[in-house]
Amino acid sequence: MNKNYTPPKQGMFGQIFDTILVLVLVYASLMVPLLFKAEAKAEAAAASASAHVQVSWQSLGQNEIQQQQWVKLGYDPEKAATLINSRFDYTIDPLMLIITILVVAGYFIFMLKVSDKQYREVIKEKFDNK
Amino acid sequence: MAKDKITTSNSKPIAMLKVLNPFHIWALGVGIVLVGEFMGWNFTVGKGGAYASLIACWVIGLLYTCVAMIDSEVTSTVAAAGGQYTQAKHIVGPLMAFNVGLYLVMAYTMLCAADALVVGDLMKSGAEVMGYANLDTKPFVVLTVAFLAWLNYRGVFATLTLNLVITFLAFASLIVLFLSVDPLHQGVVLQHQALLTDLPYGWIGVVAALQFGMWYYLGIEGTCQAAEEVRSAGRSIPLGTMGGMMTLLVAATITWFVATGLMPWQYLGQAVTPMYDAATLLGSSQLQLMLFVATAFAAIASANGCINDASRAWFSLGRDRYMPVFFGAIHPKYRTPYRSVLFLVPIAISFAFTGLLDQVITFSILSGLLGYTFMTFNMIKFRKMWPLGSIHRGYIHPFHPIPAITLLTLCCATYFATFLGYGASLLSIMAFYILASIWFVLRRYKFVKRADQFTMPWPRPKGY
Repeated sequence: MNKNYTPPKQGMFGQIFDTILVLVLVYASLMVPLLFKAEAKAEAAAASASAHVQVSWQSLGQNEIQQQQWVKLGYDPEKAATLINSRFDYTIDPLMLIITILVVAGYFIFMLKVSDKQYREVIKEKFDNK
Repeated sequence: MAKDKITTSNSKPIAMLKVLNPFHIWALGVGIVLVGEFMGWNFTVGKGGAYASLIACWVIGLLYTCVAMIDSEVTSTVAAAGGQYTQAKHIVGPLMAFNVGLYLVMAYTMLCAADALVVGDLMKSGAEVMGYANLDTKPFVVLTVAFLAWLNYRGVFATLTLNLVITFLAFASLIVLFLSVDPLHQGVVLQHQALLTDLPYGWIGVVAALQFGMWYYLGIEGTCQAAEEVRSAGRSIPLGTMGGMMTLLVAATITWFVATGLMPWQYLGQAVTPMYDAATLLGSSQLQLMLFVATAFAAIASANGCINDASRAWFSLGRDRYMPVFFGAIHPKYRTPYRSVLFLVPIAISFAFTGLLDQVITFSILSGLLGYTFMTFNMIKFRKMWPLGSIHRGYIHPFHPIPAITLLTLCCATYFATFLGYGASLLSIMAFYILASIWFVLRRYKFVKRADQFTMPWPRPKGY
């Protein structure tokens, strides 16, 4: 019969280090997208669009009821124009899409393969080494 | 170390108290989510227009119905703190379990941060109405998280009983709002005919709306975290979860119906507090006050449930040595995972103060989505490794494997929606989970006791 694996004991310093490392990774992944500024594109497009529009409720395509509700919400045509002309850009970059698919699929494949290997160790110890 | 401290003098391990019933489970699930009906869901309108939002509400509703069905079966069988994390440990393997634990901690801690920010912003709005401009929101954010953490520290029964009361009141306020707009008579108060437009972005906008469509229901799967603290997991978890799902489907549809009948979609798509705005448009100060209080209640209930769930997931990771064992301790008197509760307080507050609310919310949503993707192959493996009849199941969901396949398909569509709106964030968050996985394999796994990862009294799984 094989002997069960006995893990080493982790000291306090190691525990603190591991905890901090995970937190650093989280904060880094929150910050990295700021470098790309990808999400700023839609806002920039909206700002430039609203700058060229002659604003009136008619030019903004708002019917009578819509105009009434905008006014009740405290908006005049100039103020509402920024929101009405704001548009998201859904242009798809095929290369980025392929990279994203590969990353997500690769992540799950890697995880399932490694997990399966580790799971076999768990089952072996649990059921074979009683 | 902590292992020693979580045992009593006669060496019997301290367990968490089994004091919860199906109503608490309902309150935990709906409490976390309901804030999404008061704000956040409306970003689907901005992404694709009002009709796109309704389609997203129902399509994502189907996604979460699949989640609730799958979760009810597996959790009623694997009844332990950690929920999906514990399921992954028993069915897929340690690395998957580590990742699922992280999904849960990140999704709930970041959602808690967003909820606390909402409370702060509400206080600022309330102060402005009363003539105090420029109120600093930070003390309210800290106070909200600190008070709820204290409640969680003291015991799960009081924590979730509070959630039950304030969640019910918040839900009731949506019903009152719905009844007050004379819903059966179009054109009297509601103006759908004049306000609803075609799909402004076409069908690509509908797909894009799926990402924020998750706000309608994000967190309902958190009911599983209480599996170790309910009196009867096999009865309470399915009842509470499916009941919660029905409540949310009703609340989501009501919310959409009222808001889109009162506001132009371009305004609604970016509103911070759309239901409060709806009450303001109705011109009733009582309704305004009711929605103000209800929004605060919803945000507090959500933050409360998030602290409860995140701390259970972090505790479970520590107990199994996937993270430092220090966090795997239970309070000897209150029977709560107190170290995990305390540890997550400064983390949640720091997320709230990063000023990156968009990123934080995307991280939370994507972590949830990764967890739902895991559930699909977890369910397939579960039925394959322990076929029906081989072990006792508290609940058996019907139509297997249709819910799992439907869930995977809808998850793929939602990844694509996230790519459309937050492609860089998606890659960045994936990079975090990939690096964390490599770190686990190379460093943390050596601290894990192999045989301890399988604690259920089940026979050997088929194929292993």
